[in-house]
Amino acid sequence: MTMKSSTRQVDGVTIVDLSGRITLGEGSVILRETVRDLLSKGQKKILLNLGDVNYIDSSGIGELVSAYTTAKNQGGDLKLLHLTKKVHDLLQITKLYTVFDVKEDEAAAVKSFSK
Amino acid sequence: MSADHVSYTLDSTLETVNNAEETAGRMAAEAGFDDEEIMKISMAVREAAVNAVLHGNAYDPSKKVTLAFERTARDFVIIIRDQGKGLDPGKIPDPLAPDNLLKTSGRGIFLIRSFMDVVEIHPSQTGTELRMIKHVHGNPADSKEAPQ
Repeated sequence: MTMKSSTRQVDGVTIVDLSGRITLGEGSVILRETVRDLLSKGQKKILLNLGDVNYIDSSGIGELVSAYTTAKNQGGDLKLLHLTKKVHDLLQITKLYTVFDVKEDEAAAVKSFSK
Repeated sequence: MSADHVSYTLDSTLETVNNAEETAGRMAAEAGFDDEEIMKISMAVREAAVNAVLHGNAYDPSKKVTLAFERTARDFVIIIRDQGKGLDPGKIPDPLAPDNLLKTSGRGIFLIRSFMDVVEIHPSQTGTELRMIKHVHGNPADSKEAPQ
């Protein structure tokens, strides 16, 4: 039920592999702290892999928006990778699909970050 | 389907939010909804519970959340009440407005309206009652209130 997060580096991009639920409480807190920690360490090219995120609520959506705007405000960039159908549909109905840069292929996503 | 009613009085905690979601999912499954509809119902109830616990009762341990389910031949009805100040439906911002797209909150009621067939908000000085209806399979759906 809870969310797990792990990070890895690929060509200067930090890929955050998330799994579980991003919801009010622990899931949202883990995402927030992970992104803030990366930005504080100067890792400003962030790719959130949501392939194993099977559930997200409005708090989780808000946390994704917060992560995106925080990264942008610090001169970084944050993109999304491998959306599940549920998350894809949620971003569609909330019109956030056009806000986020959503990628389907990891290698292409990594290359898409400016050098 | 015969009429069936059950209600719970819950604390204003995060655990209540999770319990409400799980209970809604279980009861929606028992009512015969498919997986997609169960997800929508349970998520709508989760969002309503978040509103009640977080925004309505503000985690106040002296305030309770009432969650009720009613199954009729036509409808699956869910009512959530809090003991907060009362939510003014007229003051709920449109989360799809360009100025609001990047706000980090304010999407709960919108998602509830997206997932349920009928949504009614009844604020009062003693709290807010949120009434949600999902029509049961095979019955003609009434017009959707407050479409998004």
